[in-house]
Amino acid sequence: MRHSVRIAVGPVQFRIGSDWAEPVAALRHLYAGYPQDETRSADATVRLFAARPWRRWLRPSVHIGGDFIVPDALPLPLSMGLLAAEMGMNLQVALGWRRHMLLHASAVAKDGRALIMSGESGSGKSTLAALLGEGDWRLMGDEFTLIDPAAGDAIAFPRAVSLKNDAIAEVASRVDAARLGPLLSGTPKGDIRHLIPRADAIAAMQEPARPALLLFPRFGGELAVEPMGEGEAFVRLTEASTNYVALGEAGFAALTRLVRETPAFGISYPDSEAGMALVEQLWAEAAR
Amino acid sequence: MSAIATFVDLLAGRRDPATLARSDWDGAIGVARSEAMLATLAHRLHGADLPPAVAALFADQRAAAQVAQAQALWEAEMARRALAPAGIEFVLLKGAAYAAAGMACAAGRQIGDLDILVLASDIRRAENALLNAGWEWVKSDPYDDAYYREHMHELPPLIHKARDRMIDVHHTILPRTHRITPDALALMSDAVESAKGYAVLCPADMAVHCAAHMLADGDLQGGLRNLWDFHIMTRDFAAADPGYWGKLDGRALLHGLREAVHRAARLSRDLYGARLPEGWDRQYGTDGWFRRRLLARDDWGRVTEPLIEQAFYIRSHWLRMPPAMLARHLWTKWRKRQSVSSSGASSRK
Repeated sequence: MRHSVRIAVGPVQFRIGSDWAEPVAALRHLYAGYPQDETRSADATVRLFAARPWRRWLRPSVHIGGDFIVPDALPLPLSMGLLAAEMGMNLQVALGWRRHMLLHASAVAKDGRALIMSGESGSGKSTLAALLGEGDWRLMGDEFTLIDPAAGDAIAFPRAVSLKNDAIAEVASRVDAARLGPLLSGTPKGDIRHLIPRADAIAAMQEPARPALLLFPRFGGELAVEPMGEGEAFVRLTEASTNYVALGEAGFAALTRLVRETPAFGISYPDSEAGMALVEQLWAEAAR
Repeated sequence: MSAIATFVDLLAGRRDPATLARSDWDGAIGVARSEAMLATLAHRLHGADLPPAVAALFADQRAAAQVAQAQALWEAEMARRALAPAGIEFVLLKGAAYAAAGMACAAGRQIGDLDILVLASDIRRAENALLNAGWEWVKSDPYDDAYYREHMHELPPLIHKARDRMIDVHHTILPRTHRITPDALALMSDAVESAKGYAVLCPADMAVHCAAHMLADGDLQGGLRNLWDFHIMTRDFAAADPGYWGKLDGRALLHGLREAVHRAARLSRDLYGARLPEGWDRQYGTDGWFRRRLLARDDWGRVTEPLIEQAFYIRSHWLRMPPAMLARHLWTKWRKRQSVSSSGASSRK
């Protein structure tokens, strides 16, 4: 393709091709600090393309393709090319990765042990992970957490954090502006701005961490903590996994072990300050 | 060298994997994924000297394919439990059959829906038995449903409500409206028992069906995979039975599929290096178009020859139904697409 870039996030090596220069330039900026082994072949391919040649210039719209595609996915305007690239990368991992069990969850780590937060978009899991990652936690990822079926460890997937709507201002006030990508306003998911993880989190992205605490956050409402049984955590995580069924028995064994060995809580919190305080408190109590 | 040529050479054993640069691997892996053959390549190169990242990816693919095959064979078992009490005999087709028979082409092969063949006289009872056992109709419109029932060689697809897996119940191997009418009764009555106990087509019919599916019915989507199946099964059947090619020729003649079977054999020679016996080893100018269609992918896995792809798509319809019927069918489909695209969704059949 006309423009391309190679990016390694955690264990996954991507190659991303594009009919336009802009999305590739934006990716190069966000992922400049990520280690890159030029001899390593790609595990996953993403293609950003124009459905018709003239749509490269005339009302340019970016179709998302690659090894795996979603039929009938709507294209995005070129101004949102970076979001298209992010969606394309997520899609390849969600549908194509088989080495680990994939959880739709954020994660942070401390002392080699991981806190995993699973929830739907809007639950605040990404924002909490991003904010904790600016403190004394290592950010492992805001979107996917991988579980090694053999060892049971959590594996990091620290892509550029996708901050949405109110979280943008909240995080932007605490970080160097050089770590923020361009503001993408009015996307199908609202306003989006990417945050480049801290250099130490990127440098440590190959280091696994032992799962020590599972949280199922819900943003909004009174501060509340509810211990969650193994069964409920198991069912929720099967729903949060994109490859649980495809992994078969290995996926079942990995997930069973995860919920048996890791204390789990459902939490709700009214604002990020309260949420972070609650996380620290639960970590101190539960993850001893 | 193009990625697709590298990929085909790796499968054929004409290229030493140690000579591939990173960009060659990028392309070969991308193309293999586009052809749904990455796990097949992973099996073909098992034990070869590979870069660590490629070896790791291939190990993932082999493990995933093994799970997927176990799941596919479980679907065959579910079908057996649904159909056996009603006394309905069925024959496994395609991927599930290759896996059940432990054939070499099954190694890493992707298996999509479960395809089975039943006697035409059993098709209504098979449908009822499956509906009673938890399969249900995929939401489709009345035109598609009626079209399947009147003109196709299979029931409209059924999907299991709990396991979300699809089954295609065939009563023959080509559409009823196709210019060629295979002998469905012979397919059923000469079926053999596989290692896992399921009935599968006899070796000659299996290759006939593979060629028919690729060259007489389809538009060569997934053609490289079907051709790989054909190449590996004919190679192994011929190694076990010196009279195999002769039997295949006779069976192809019986089913009216001699042209398709011979072409599949020549293409497997041209692409995968198959060695053909006398009488098969010929040259046909028109094979060039098929090779071009099969190899039409660039280093990013994209289709490179949309016109040839379109031409084969039209060809597949031309073979499937008489001209007047084709015109009516395309007109109905086109009008439906117009009304659907104006309402926001779309589908292609």
